[in-house]
Amino acid sequence: MLERLRQRPRLVFALLAVLLAVLPFMMGFGLGNSWVRVLDFVLLYVLLAIGLNIVVGYAGLLDLGYIAFYALGAYLYAWLASPHFGLHLPFWAVLPIGAMLAGLFGVLLGAPTLRLRGDYLAIVTLGFGEIIRIFMNNLNAPFNLTNGPQGINLIDPVRLAGFSFGKPLHLFGMTFPPTYFYYYLFLGVTLLAIFVALRLQDSRIGRAWAAIREDEIAAAAMGINTRNMKLLAFAMGATFGGLAGGLFAAFQGFISPESFNLWESILVLCMIVLGGMGNIPGVILGAVLLTVIPEALRYLGDLQRATLGHVVVDPADLRMLLFGIALVAMMLFRPAGLLPSRQRKREFAAEDGVAEQEQASLYDARA
Amino acid sequence: MHSNKFAYKLAISVVFMALLAGVGGCGKKDAANKDVIRIGSVSPLTGPQTHIGKDNENGARLAVEEINAGGLVLGGKKVTLELFGEDDQAEPKTATIVAQKLVDAGVVAVIGHLNSGTTIPASKIYHDAGIPQISPSATAVAYTAQGYQTAYRVMANDAQQGKALGQYAVARMGARKIAIVDDRTAYGQGLADEFEKAAKAAGGEIVAREFTNDRATDFSAILTSIKGKTPELIFFAGMDPQGGPMAKQMKSLGLTAKLLGGDGLQNVNFVKLAGSDAEGVVASSPGLPIDSMPGGPEFRKRFEAKYGVIQVYAPYAYDAVYALVDAMKRADSAQPAKVLAELPKTDLKGVSGPIRFDAKGDTTGGAITLYEVKGGAWQVLETVK
Amino acid sequence: MDIFTQQLVNGLVLGSIYALVALGYTMVYGILELINFAHGEVTMIGAMVALTAIGMLVGVAPDLPGVLVVLGGILVAIPICMLLAFGIEKIAYRPLRKAPRLAPLITAIGVSIILQNLAMLIWGRQYVSFPEILPTTKYELLGAHISLLQIVIVGLALSIMAGLWLLVERTRLGRAMRATAQSKEVAELMGVNVDRVISATFIIGAAIAAIAGVMVSAYYGLAHYYMGFMLGLKAFSAAVLGGIGNIAGAMLGGLLLGVIEALGAGYIGDITGGFLGSHYQDVFAFFVLIAVLVFRPSGLLGERVANRA
Repeated sequence: MLERLRQRPRLVFALLAVLLAVLPFMMGFGLGNSWVRVLDFVLLYVLLAIGLNIVVGYAGLLDLGYIAFYALGAYLYAWLASPHFGLHLPFWAVLPIGAMLAGLFGVLLGAPTLRLRGDYLAIVTLGFGEIIRIFMNNLNAPFNLTNGPQGINLIDPVRLAGFSFGKPLHLFGMTFPPTYFYYYLFLGVTLLAIFVALRLQDSRIGRAWAAIREDEIAAAAMGINTRNMKLLAFAMGATFGGLAGGLFAAFQGFISPESFNLWESILVLCMIVLGGMGNIPGVILGAVLLTVIPEALRYLGDLQRATLGHVVVDPADLRMLLFGIALVAMMLFRPAGLLPSRQRKREFAAEDGVAEQEQASLYDARA
Repeated sequence: MHSNKFAYKLAISVVFMALLAGVGGCGKKDAANKDVIRIGSVSPLTGPQTHIGKDNENGARLAVEEINAGGLVLGGKKVTLELFGEDDQAEPKTATIVAQKLVDAGVVAVIGHLNSGTTIPASKIYHDAGIPQISPSATAVAYTAQGYQTAYRVMANDAQQGKALGQYAVARMGARKIAIVDDRTAYGQGLADEFEKAAKAAGGEIVAREFTNDRATDFSAILTSIKGKTPELIFFAGMDPQGGPMAKQMKSLGLTAKLLGGDGLQNVNFVKLAGSDAEGVVASSPGLPIDSMPGGPEFRKRFEAKYGVIQVYAPYAYDAVYALVDAMKRADSAQPAKVLAELPKTDLKGVSGPIRFDAKGDTTGGAITLYEVKGGAWQVLETVK
Repeated sequence: MDIFTQQLVNGLVLGSIYALVALGYTMVYGILELINFAHGEVTMIGAMVALTAIGMLVGVAPDLPGVLVVLGGILVAIPICMLLAFGIEKIAYRPLRKAPRLAPLITAIGVSIILQNLAMLIWGRQYVSFPEILPTTKYELLGAHISLLQIVIVGLALSIMAGLWLLVERTRLGRAMRATAQSKEVAELMGVNVDRVISATFIIGAAIAAIAGVMVSAYYGLAHYYMGFMLGLKAFSAAVLGGIGNIAGAMLGGLLLGVIEALGAGYIGDITGGFLGSHYQDVFAFFVLIAVLVFRPSGLLGERVANRA
């Protein structure tokens, strides 16, 4: 049956569309509304992972400070649509500005680091991410830009044609929390991002990135403007991050620097490496798994109660431990990621020597 | 070809998730059991703050167990409380997921969260669901300033405590030149700002304002810088894991200024971490001394027999549960709407002090007690308004 | 002036601690080009194990001099950390030696999460305090206070670095390490047991980490299951600053980072007229790091590799 489905792409698309449309209701009624919220975060992380994948997966630039762009998008949204400065611009105006600001910072970060490679680039981007976070955490004085560690509260929810996403909707005797509306909004943005990322991959730009990733010198020799292409990768990736940040701010209604720490950058990187760097379906799978697993592990307590009759080990004690084990195990069994790109797969299937040489060039730091 | 395969893979993963949802749905227990009343408790149980997080949960748990043992009758029926403990990892994002999860699980109220940064975003969800939330330890002013009638706390907020400490430092400890250090958390910054205002108003001079973070262990650089400005008192707005080493490093740098802290320092752990250098350190704690309260010493004994030494906020979590159940009893129901109507009328003697709420949901008990480390233990200095 | 000397002392001690941990990062990186994220956690385990042993020793023999007790703690911690690092390499890194370079980075992060949570299960969520058994002798030098422990930490860092340098440059194992670092295949052809050399690298790094862990917890008076993360991050930055893969570079990077942080925290407020304060200490440190790397892309002492053809 699966084989036959494979030959009917339109049917698959239609099926997919229906499934994505009803997914929040299935989750909501099956597992509870908290899972709709998890679903929203899954989409946000998919968006983030797709953005980071442009930088790391396509262009081969190891970025450990990616969450800074997410933070910039979120803060810009908060500045322009909250009581903090008394501005209340509509979200469709704020989101693009936030994305552009993040993109601009992407270039600002990229410019001085063009000569750096691999792990040196990683530590510089990590530093950049921390610098942004520290500024956000401290710019409540001498002028109150970010409200410091207290964060910015009461951020405007998304409003579309007079309909506010901020309040639950009572319909047919049922109550739908705002998470449902945000699901469709996020889904739309994410699908658009997936479309853009897929088109980019096979474009002239995408091929240029791949060339830089595999061998920068050779790429330059072939006439690729490596400087502009790298900056473009940073800018594109950052733009996605900024977009996700704006959506996050509107969704949460409250942001504070705690949400943008280094661990978040590492988590998004884990998502794309785990799923299969450079391959969009892989990246999506990685984002889904790493968002869902920690939440699913919350049911450990229920599981113990169901099988052993009582809670033997506190689930909170085990949750992150199992998360770590899962991370290691998945990587050991699928070192190229769960869904590696076609190119990657070929490298693995290749003769030992060839493969090794190719792997060495991929994301090489020693250069 | 490419996109077909892609859609195919995506479809499979979506189907997989949908199946998961179905399975979960079948396995979901019916929470409609009327005799069991679920109360949520949220605090970080993984990550760097877990020792305080678990402490909060234990405080709430002890209260729940006591109330169950004593027998709770609502609406003429005997009911059992069940504490539904969750981990928010001290992370705003996770906090909102957990909050929604608790709402789904049908909790009638929530004790939590621990940090202001998680309490505030979660409060919107409880507000939307119309269930009361009592935080044992979130002190940011913003929490109760949102206009939610569901948000309460049993601990003095930053403004109340910072003000009392600032006045005390100048008026009672006689400090003229004061240095302030905060840990750049919502708690530390809020407390330090209020302290600064009050100390200045009382005639003190702030000679240095230095900063650290809640992961730091090395304070020698800022302390050296402070030393150059010769303050008589250093106020640290932060928690014991930083305060302990800070007290040590002050001594080893030859700083003679007195160390003053808020409720983050006033605990046994601080004395352990600072060792002999804890001697003479002064710190405050909202409310009245536990051991002077009716039932206080017994609470301490029961808690320590069960969970070990009290970290910081367990008494407040304990009191929060009692305040909640008190409102339930008056409403003779566990229905959130009815409980919410009763909560403002709370007038209870808790182990942490008297519990009364103002219109915003802040405590009006307002008393703050100062303690000093003498002979390796916290001794009560005095209680100020 | 005395304030400045004191800040310099503060920075040097902090820097020595960074350097001790950075040595482990740099050794592994030099050979495998792997950021061993779990190294900070090995340091933490070292501190925790040593504290447990010290607690027991104090209980059994309360009259033993504090220095001997701490030494005992270190001696217990070292073999356990060695075993741990050996196991980590064998289970989490070795199977991935031919995998894409970022795969072992993810397992490293996974291992570090595992170790943190295991430590939480074993030693609990509380901060563990270090018993006050070491002498608190203090000296004064140019107006700065220096404790005996601080001198020991700096001395230890310097001598371990020197010993490590001798090991790498003067011994058979060292030569094998250098050969492996240049090319695993060629080294293997020359009769070097590459697996064993890599294991040895991890084990030596872990032994140093154990010592570093004990020093950190003795100096600051506490240990906690989460302490490895920040420490590891700072140490890794230090290693990169000095030129990762280079032993003297790790030392230099560590000391420099420590001094930069201390001076940054101490003077940033005065320099900027109070506009920026000590809360920008890390910004200052990262800024220097970025500036150094922009002008010297391989770190201060890193080998200058021309663009590879």
